[in-house]
Amino acid sequence: MIEVKQISKKFGDNWAVNNISLQVNAGEIYGLVGPDGAGKTTTMRLICGALHLDSGSIKVGDFDIQHQTDQARSLIGYLAQRFSLYEELTVLENIRFFAEVRGLSAEEWLPRSLDILEFVGLLEFKNRFAGKLSGGMKQKLGLAAALVHKPKILLLDEPTTGVDPVTRQDFWQLIIKLAAQEGVAMLVSTPYMDEASRCHRVGFMRDGKILKEDTPANLQASLKGRIIEIKGSQLSLLRQIVQGYPVVQDAQMFGDRVHLRINTDSSQSLIENLTQYITERGVSITSARVIEPQLEDVFISLIETNDE
Amino acid sequence: MNEIVIETDNLTKRFGDFTAVDHLSFTIRAGEVVGYLGPNGSGKTTTMRMLLGLILPTEGTATVLGYDIRKDSEAIRTEVGYMSQKFSLYHDLTVNENLHFYAGVYGITDETTIQNCLARVGLERQKDILVSNLSTGWKQRLALAAAIVHHPRLLFLDEPTSGVDPTARRAFWDLIYELVAEGITALVSTHYMDEAEYCGKVGIMREGKLLALDAPSTLKTSALPGKAYDLRARPILDALMVLEKSQHVLRSGLVGDHLRVILPHEVDPDLIIKELQNQSIEGAEIEQVEPTLEDVFLSLAAH
Repeated sequence: MIEVKQISKKFGDNWAVNNISLQVNAGEIYGLVGPDGAGKTTTMRLICGALHLDSGSIKVGDFDIQHQTDQARSLIGYLAQRFSLYEELTVLENIRFFAEVRGLSAEEWLPRSLDILEFVGLLEFKNRFAGKLSGGMKQKLGLAAALVHKPKILLLDEPTTGVDPVTRQDFWQLIIKLAAQEGVAMLVSTPYMDEASRCHRVGFMRDGKILKEDTPANLQASLKGRIIEIKGSQLSLLRQIVQGYPVVQDAQMFGDRVHLRINTDSSQSLIENLTQYITERGVSITSARVIEPQLEDVFISLIETNDE
Repeated sequence: MNEIVIETDNLTKRFGDFTAVDHLSFTIRAGEVVGYLGPNGSGKTTTMRMLLGLILPTEGTATVLGYDIRKDSEAIRTEVGYMSQKFSLYHDLTVNENLHFYAGVYGITDETTIQNCLARVGLERQKDILVSNLSTGWKQRLALAAAIVHHPRLLFLDEPTSGVDPTARRAFWDLIYELVAEGITALVSTHYMDEAEYCGKVGIMREGKLLALDAPSTLKTSALPGKAYDLRARPILDALMVLEKSQHVLRSGLVGDHLRVILPHEVDPDLIIKELQNQSIEGAEIEQVEPTLEDVFLSLAAH
């Protein structure tokens, strides 16, 4: 549904988007994952035709965004990072406004609005002023507004930033249902790995480029057997010690453990030798084991190989 | 045992009929990094505001750095550093000028102290850059510098690393760990599991109550009332409906192309496969996985 081919966009001297290609199919959730400033928002604005391309092409459904902008846009719902709701209008009035902007007729808008409000769980609040909604409810109203014209494509730019984890979970359940039920193609941006893991495919983005894309499962499998978790009491010291061990590429400290990435497949003897190496240096550990790689491990490994 | 930095005893705050913080009792010792996770309205911010002496508790007591929060709030604030997710940095001033401003607020004018602080967070080479031209990661470091320039013994961090990639987050946390090694204690409030994983202990709050407070690994093994599984089946939404109605399922949710299911320890996962088959859902596969902090959080904090 979305086909992005070698697009670039320059602001001043800076390539905000630098030769990106990606494809999102119907019913698929594609996560654009990267830090602030990586080019995620610019990519979304290019896809919805809010910005002009310097080079490359974008097809939305059957339409070229540059030459058939209106037809292409009619297929897209877009939830921007900072979207505006009319706080002095009720929930239903807000939806009506967006429905009318999207050209829904007088007969169409009400049943569609009620359906969509029910879907996002706001039906019972339809007469409440938008200004009186909680942050999570506003976010859901934003989603409802983006969905009112039944778009085939949904662009969600950091939809859950600032939203608490319970609401975030609700929000993702809605998004995944939309993909599965209605076959909507979704492009979602996020800087968070715990969100990335909920997408069907992710593209790791940095400095305007997509460094790598794949399913979360495949990305994690690429480091299978190479992440070792060690627990003990003196974590800082522990990390320093293991950094000196030959096969260790990287040692990352978390609150109650250290994760090592090794450059070879782990084995029982490797873990035993490593344990011995650590205890010989006067630090005791409580456990050392191979764990499933997380997306965070993959991202860090990717950045390091990229920077070398 | 290290000295006690924060100790609360039945700390409670009511706003009219609403109990924002409900008999909170916990202890934090020097050198700990403690994270707080909770939905909006669970009482995290109210707790922090009481600990800083900005509002008075309705009931209960607390000491921060040995000071009584009811009586010595000014003493507390001079020895505490606070870094908010919305760092109030001046965008049209340079890094150096911003830090001078915040140092001045605490009465610090000594140039060496200020330059040491910049070096501490790795911003020496950026000191003449306007804040508006800094990346998010650098801004976070500057905000940290502003929070520690007066050498606080306790640091409150509110979503300190939102919007950066894992490498920048990790570099930031390395700084925090260095400060902790020097004896600072950190209390972190966050909505993100990525961030909570960096804390030595994580507290989970709901409706003003502290439901658990322990190391992330311990929470995953002992605070989750069951085991976590990944389940694949098609159609996925039909499978979800079956799981939501099943008496054996503690929690189920969609995760991209599969489902995450929490089953009580005593439930055999094959039983769930059979339930799905009985509802004509084919090809179901279930695999036990390590629980995430989010599994624990949602099991405890979601309704």
